[in-house]
Amino acid sequence: MSLLSFRGVSVRYGSHTVLKDVSLDVAGGEVVGLVGESGSGKSTLARAAVGLAPVTTGEILLDGRPVPNRGRARPVQMVFQDPYSSLDPRMTVGESIAEAMRERLGKEARRAEIARLLALVHLDASRADDLPVRLSGGQRQRVALARALAARPEVILADEITSALDVSVQGAVLNLVRDMRRELGLSMLFISHNLAVVRYVADHVAVLYAGEIVEYGPTARVLGAPQHDYTRHLLAALPGAVRRTSSGNGRPAPTSALKEQT
Amino acid sequence: MRAARVLLRPVGFAGFGLLTVVLLVAVFGPVLWDGRATVIDTGDLLAGPSGEHWIGTDNLGRDLFFRVLVATRLSITLALAATAIGMVLGVVLGAAPMLTGRRVARFITSAVNVLVAFPGLLLVLFFAVVFGVGARGAALAVGLAGAPAFARLCHTLLSGVSERDYIAAARIAGVSKFRILVRHALPNIAEPLIVNATMAAGGVLLTFSGLSFLGLGVQAPSYDWGKLMQDGLNGIYVHPLAALGPGIAVVLAGLAFNLTGEAFAAAFGIDVIPGVARVRAVRGAAGESAGPAVAAPDPEPGTVLSVDGLRVTIPGARRPIHAVRGVTFAIRDGEAVGVVGESGSGKSVTALAVARLIEEPVRVDANHLVFAGEDLMAADDPASLRKRLGTSLVVVFQDPMTSFNPAHRVGPQLAEVGRFHQGLGRRAAFARAVDRLHAVKLREPERRARQYPFEFSGGMRQRAMIGMGLMGTPRLIIADEPTTALDVTVQRQVLALLGEVRGDTGAALLLISHDVSVVTEVCDRVLVMYAGLIVEELPARDLGTLARHPYTRALVAAVPDMETDLTRPLAVIPGTPVDPSDVPAGCAFAARCPLADDHCRAVEPPLQADAAGNRVACHKAGWPLPADSAEVTV
Repeated sequence: MSLLSFRGVSVRYGSHTVLKDVSLDVAGGEVVGLVGESGSGKSTLARAAVGLAPVTTGEILLDGRPVPNRGRARPVQMVFQDPYSSLDPRMTVGESIAEAMRERLGKEARRAEIARLLALVHLDASRADDLPVRLSGGQRQRVALARALAARPEVILADEITSALDVSVQGAVLNLVRDMRRELGLSMLFISHNLAVVRYVADHVAVLYAGEIVEYGPTARVLGAPQHDYTRHLLAALPGAVRRTSSGNGRPAPTSALKEQT
Repeated sequence: MRAARVLLRPVGFAGFGLLTVVLLVAVFGPVLWDGRATVIDTGDLLAGPSGEHWIGTDNLGRDLFFRVLVATRLSITLALAATAIGMVLGVVLGAAPMLTGRRVARFITSAVNVLVAFPGLLLVLFFAVVFGVGARGAALAVGLAGAPAFARLCHTLLSGVSERDYIAAARIAGVSKFRILVRHALPNIAEPLIVNATMAAGGVLLTFSGLSFLGLGVQAPSYDWGKLMQDGLNGIYVHPLAALGPGIAVVLAGLAFNLTGEAFAAAFGIDVIPGVARVRAVRGAAGESAGPAVAAPDPEPGTVLSVDGLRVTIPGARRPIHAVRGVTFAIRDGEAVGVVGESGSGKSVTALAVARLIEEPVRVDANHLVFAGEDLMAADDPASLRKRLGTSLVVVFQDPMTSFNPAHRVGPQLAEVGRFHQGLGRRAAFARAVDRLHAVKLREPERRARQYPFEFSGGMRQRAMIGMGLMGTPRLIIADEPTTALDVTVQRQVLALLGEVRGDTGAALLLISHDVSVVTEVCDRVLVMYAGLIVEELPARDLGTLARHPYTRALVAAVPDMETDLTRPLAVIPGTPVDPSDVPAGCAFAARCPLADDHCRAVEPPLQADAAGNRVACHKAGWPLPADSAEVTV
C-alpha cells in the first residue's frame, strides 16, 4: 500500500500561479476525490505528479521518495478525460496496452497479460486486435484504464474520466472504478467537477479553489456538512439543490424510486 | 476503400491516370525508345516537325519526340530524389525539437523559421553553386532548399499531435522519446506529409527543369526536360515545338503530381466526418416532399411550434443515416420543453432541423413544421427564411467559443442583428447591444461590448449569446446543451438567466440536454428520444417517479445524484446505442431492454397518448423491471 503525497506544491507559468502551496495525501487503497471548477488547477495537480506539468516549488512523493518520472517503472499512472484523444488511432488496443507494460514479454506471455488486463476492465480478449475506431467511448475509457493498469501502478490519477461519456455509460465506468479499487486495492486521485460522482466513489474529498485546497475531509462530512463557503456554494449550485433544501430531504430520489419497483 | 473514393473523383481519376502514364513512360521509356532517341541522322539536322520526326530533330539530327519520352526517367528520378532529400531532411529537422532539450529545440525551430523566410529560388541557386554544376549537385540543392518548408510543416503537425493525450499517456508509461516519435507521432502526421510531398514533387520538377535550363543542372551527354528546353531555345523562332515539347512534358508531369496530391488532400479532408460522404442531388426530393401538398393545418391556438413527422436523413458512405425518424411534438407559448437522450439519439439534430439550420446534403422532411404561424418547410431559400424568422427564433449553442466570430468585437456582433433584422442605424444598434448585454447581467456592458470574445469567460460568452437572442423579441429559444461546457456554478447562473428571460419575454424554451437533472429543474415537459424517435413524453416533475418507458427509467437511474445509495452498484444500460444507419425492426431499444420479448423485437411500438396527454412508445410501458437489471454491466 503506497502513499502519494503532495507537499507544498506550487505550479507557476510565468507570473500566473496555477497551484498555490497544495498539500494532499492519497493513502494506500484510498480514493480521494478532487473537486473544483475549471481553471482551479485540478488537472494541473495530477499532471504535475506524472511530470507533465513543471513543479515550481514543493515536492510530490511516493512512499517518501520522489515520484519517478524517468525509466520504465512508472508507479503513478494517469487516465485522461477524453477517450477519443487518449488512444493512438493507429495502434490496436493490444499494442496500446502492451506499450505500457514494464518489461518486454514474449509473444504468448504478452497476449495472456493483455487478456488478463482486458478481463479486469470487463472487456473481451478478442478486443485486443481492434483499432480504437471500432470501440465506443465507454469501451475506449476501459482500454485506457487497462493501459494504466498494465504499468502495474500503485496510484492511478483519474482526470474527469466520466465527463466525456454518455450518462448511460458513466455508471458502468464508475462501477468499474469501485470494483477495481476493491479487487486490486488501488489508490486513486479521482478528479471530477461532478459532486454526485465524487460522492459515489471517493472516501475523502478535497475542494480546490483558485489553486488552493480550501476544504478537505471524509466525503460524507465535506458534502454533508461543508465548512467552507465555496463548498457550500458548489453544493447549492447543483441542479435540484433548491428543491432539495426547500422540501428538506423529501424529494423522491429517482434511483430509489426505481429500486422500489424492482 | 479510401483509394477507391479518391479514384472516383474526376480530379483523382485524371491525376492518377496521368501519374500512371508518366511513371510508366519513366520506367519503360529508355528501354523502348533509347535506340530511336540516340540515332544520329546527319541528313536531318535541326529539322522541323515532320511525319517522321513529330516535333523535329536536334543539332545532331536525333528525334526530339523520343528524346522527350526518354528524358522522362531522368527528370522524374531527379525530381523524386530531390523531393525525398527535402522530405527526409525536413522530417529530421522538424522532429528534432521533440527529441532534444529545450534550448536546442528552440535553436532548430528559429533556424528553420529564418530559412523558410528566404526565397526558395535564391536558396536553390546558392546551394547549386556550393555543390557545383551537375545533376547530383542540383538534386542536393533543390532538396536542401525544399527542406525548411517541410521542416516547418512537420514541426507544426507534430506540435498538434503532441497535444493529444495518447502522447502524454505514452510518456507517463515511460516510453522513450524516440519511440513515441516513431510509433505515435509520425504515423499520425503521415497523411498530410505525403500529400504535401506529392504536391511538392510537382514544384520540384519545375525547379529542376529551370536549373537544367539555366545550365546549372543536368549536363550533356545526359539530358532531362530542362536540358532539352535549353537546347531547343536557340531555334525557338524557327521550330518552337523543339522547346515547347519538353515544356509540355513538364506541365503534364507537374499536373499529374499536383492533381494526385489534391485528390488525396480532398479525400483525407472529407474523412474528418467519418462515414459521411458528400452526396449531392437530394435537393429536388426534399423540395418536393416538403411542398404545400399537405396544407399546414392550423395549429392549436397558443402553440408556438408544431412539428409533425420530422425526419432528418444524412447521406452516408454506404447507406443513409436516419438521424431523426419521424418526430411529432408541439410547444405552447411560454412553455419549457426538455429533450433528453444519449448522444446519437437525434436530439440535437431535431433542434437544428427545427431552426432550419441544417443544410445540404442532409435532408429534412416533415409533414409540417410550423413556427409562429409560418410554415418553415415551405420551400424557400434559407436566406429569406432566416430573414422571416427574424429574431423570433433564437438558438443558443453548447460551445459559446465557436458561436462568436473571434475576429470581431462582441458589441458589433450583437448590433449586426439589430441592423440586419430591425433596420437600426449603426449607433442605435450598438446602443441596443449594450442595453441587451446589460439585460443579461454582464457588468460594465459598455466596456464589454468593445471587447473580443476571447476576453470573455465561458459563462460570459453564453450570456452574450443569450443577449444576442434578446436583440429582438424571441418567441422560442432553442438551447442545445447550453451549460454542458460550463462549471456548475456558472451553469446555475446561465439557467437562472434563461428562466428570467422567459419570464420577461414570455418566450418558450426547447432545451436539449443529456443532463436529466438540469431538464427536471428547468422544464415543464420532457421528451425522451432514442434512436431518432420520441419514446416518451411526460411532465418533467414526474421524470424520476412516473416514467413508464424502460429506457427513461434506466436513463434516470444511471445518473448518480446526491442521494444515490452508495452500497449498490449504479444502474447501467447494457449494450450500445443503435447505429442510426442500421436501425433494427421492432422496438429500437429491444436489444438493451430487460423486458423485451419477441413481440418487441418484431413490431415497432406506436407512440400512444394517455388521458393526461403523456405519450409513451413501449409494448410494456410501466411493467416492473426485473430485479437484477441494475447489476448488468456493459
